[in-house]
Amino acid sequence: MRYSGAEIIIKLLEEQGVDKIAGIPGGANLPMYSVLAKSNKIQHILVRHEQAAGFIAQGIARTTGKAAVCFATSGPGVTNLLTAIADAKLDSVPVVAITGQIPSSLVGTDAFQEVDTCGLAIPITKHHFFVSSAKELVHILPEAFRVAEEGRPGPVIIDIPKDVQLEEIEIANWSLEDVAATIVDVEKNIPTASLEDVDKIAQMINESRKPLLYIGGGILQSNSHKLLYDFAKKNTIPVASTLMGLGCFPSNDSLFLGMLGMHGAPYTNLVLNETDLLIAFGVRFDDRATGKIAEFCPKASIIHVDIDPAELDKNKSTNFSVAADIRMVLDELILLIDKNPREEWMAEIEAIKKANPFPISQNNDCWHPLNLIRKIGALVDPDTIITTDVGQHQMWVAQSYPFQQPRTLLTSGGLGTMGFGLPAAIGAALANPEKKVICISGDGSILMNIQELATLADLKLNVTVIILNNGVLGMVRQLQELFFQQTYIATRFITNPDFASMAKCFGIKGYDLKNQGNLEAMLEKILSTSEPCVINIPIDFRENVMPTVPPGAGNHQMIGGKKHG
Amino acid sequence: MDKAKDVIIQLTVNNHAGVMSNITGLFTRRAFNLEGILCGRLKNTKTSKMYLLINNDNRIDQIVKQLKKLYDVLEVSICENCDYNIFDNVHELMQGKQ
Ligand SMILES: Cc1ncc(C[n+]2csc(CCOP(=O)(O)OP(=O)(O)O)c2C)c(N)n1
Repeated sequence: MRYSGAEIIIKLLEEQGVDKIAGIPGGANLPMYSVLAKSNKIQHILVRHEQAAGFIAQGIARTTGKAAVCFATSGPGVTNLLTAIADAKLDSVPVVAITGQIPSSLVGTDAFQEVDTCGLAIPITKHHFFVSSAKELVHILPEAFRVAEEGRPGPVIIDIPKDVQLEEIEIANWSLEDVAATIVDVEKNIPTASLEDVDKIAQMINESRKPLLYIGGGILQSNSHKLLYDFAKKNTIPVASTLMGLGCFPSNDSLFLGMLGMHGAPYTNLVLNETDLLIAFGVRFDDRATGKIAEFCPKASIIHVDIDPAELDKNKSTNFSVAADIRMVLDELILLIDKNPREEWMAEIEAIKKANPFPISQNNDCWHPLNLIRKIGALVDPDTIITTDVGQHQMWVAQSYPFQQPRTLLTSGGLGTMGFGLPAAIGAALANPEKKVICISGDGSILMNIQELATLADLKLNVTVIILNNGVLGMVRQLQELFFQQTYIATRFITNPDFASMAKCFGIKGYDLKNQGNLEAMLEKILSTSEPCVINIPIDFRENVMPTVPPGAGNHQMIGGKKHG
Repeated sequence: MDKAKDVIIQLTVNNHAGVMSNITGLFTRRAFNLEGILCGRLKNTKTSKMYLLINNDNRIDQIVKQLKKLYDVLEVSICENCDYNIFDNVHELMQGKQ
């Protein structure tokens, strides 16, 4: 049978099990769209900005673990998409972006809407493919999914000129075509740990007196949270998590120390100072987690396990490191470690906790953002998916929301992209129709992809957007206050829209909780509904995220650890 | 060329358009130094061989690991018994002393 390139693309996407694609059409990807029109397996989600298409794909991928797809046309379609792609790279999210390119004959001539998509892709993707004939698609499409999902996941761009989408070729037998094309490929082996490696790790743990787990996104990527829990419990190892790892260990468990690093609790960062064995699983020693790296865990030997060999000994040299899937390692390791109650270590941690509590714990003001977030957490089911934007509200969520399950926090950790929250929430809701999704945002961030309220109105998903409205770019204002001698510039908004009315203009319910006498009852009422809505909650602009580790300082040198109390 | 100060990394790569920019892009993006490149197609294959001349700092391990992650890079090794003169000759060519 004869197939056009576009038909091959859509057929192969269907075969990959893709059932939703977010995007915007344009001149260079129209052939794909006109085939997509005939697909009864794939739903297209028309967004209002390509960046949102990328973040919707991320919302799907981050909650399912499977690669999700977005479409954009050449030129500005591609450049609009790039922020979401770079974001996926830094947080290791499997996304396959399929971009239309101007016809091959015009490539290199500065034709209308031509940009060098592959050139732009190099530093921000795991890999990119430029397709020069319809025949190549048979190999490249499945290959792109494999690359995006395998090992450490990441984004892949496939750039396809319009003439390749239109080119017709004869395909008699699909499976033969693919095999023929794959032979060129050299299999890259996935790293694994040997039994000796695992023995060595077990021995180090069994011999240590004060072990500490430092966990991150690798736990959810390897789907090993349950094993991790049994492992930590068996040997009584306390757990500190990165932002990306939140949800991988139940936050109400006595072993859980919360988030470490720049905005970690005082006791968490101080326990790091005492540990004699840091067990780093699925983490990359990011500066926001470690603070001044030379002063990170000064008394500890370090074990590091990560699927990406390049992360081992990159920022911090370790005593023992293995490139492997955490789950495979935990499978064996759990059998080899002793059952150990570690009473002394637990007592020491308890004492550190008591002496250095989280600064807000005695403040009962229900309008305080930490209490608001705790309240939201108490009102909704534990499988509720939370997305955030970037800023103070993001850190308050990380500090105080009671995460119990992996993949329930979607946040832009590596790139820190304002505008992530709303479209990621739409993606999460599309992939999880039975769950509630809450986007917790700030009045700065929400406006960076506010146009997606229109997409949300189209789809009528169970997404609640909560704007913690402080009238400022709070996190930046905080930096100005603490580290730039209160030189405030460009952080206070001169005007701000009336967010509740704005939501209504988009055809979505809007609530303003300003001067609301019974805040908690009102929140409860709104959160029990399942229609899309926007809730504006005014908060005091002077609230800062505390404690905070000053730039360049060691984690134990935090400020604001004792202030509020 | 100073053998103590420099290292040659030898790569086998798929030869198609864009491979070179992937590799140089990696060096720019990660702020690794890159002093010289020699590249040539291997006969009767779809692969090329590349030699990268780099300063020997403590990042060699990291450079090699990052290179190994590139899709089109098939093999990476540090060249122990390469003839370091090849780059000296290039150096002379650059300086115009034939
Ligand atoms: C796209 C983008 N631009 C700029 C920044 C720098 N930045 C980090 S936090 C922040 C303020 C965010 O303000 P808001 O969304 O209102 O949240 P708040 O900190 O007030 O909770 C800014 C501007 C960023 N992270 N992302």
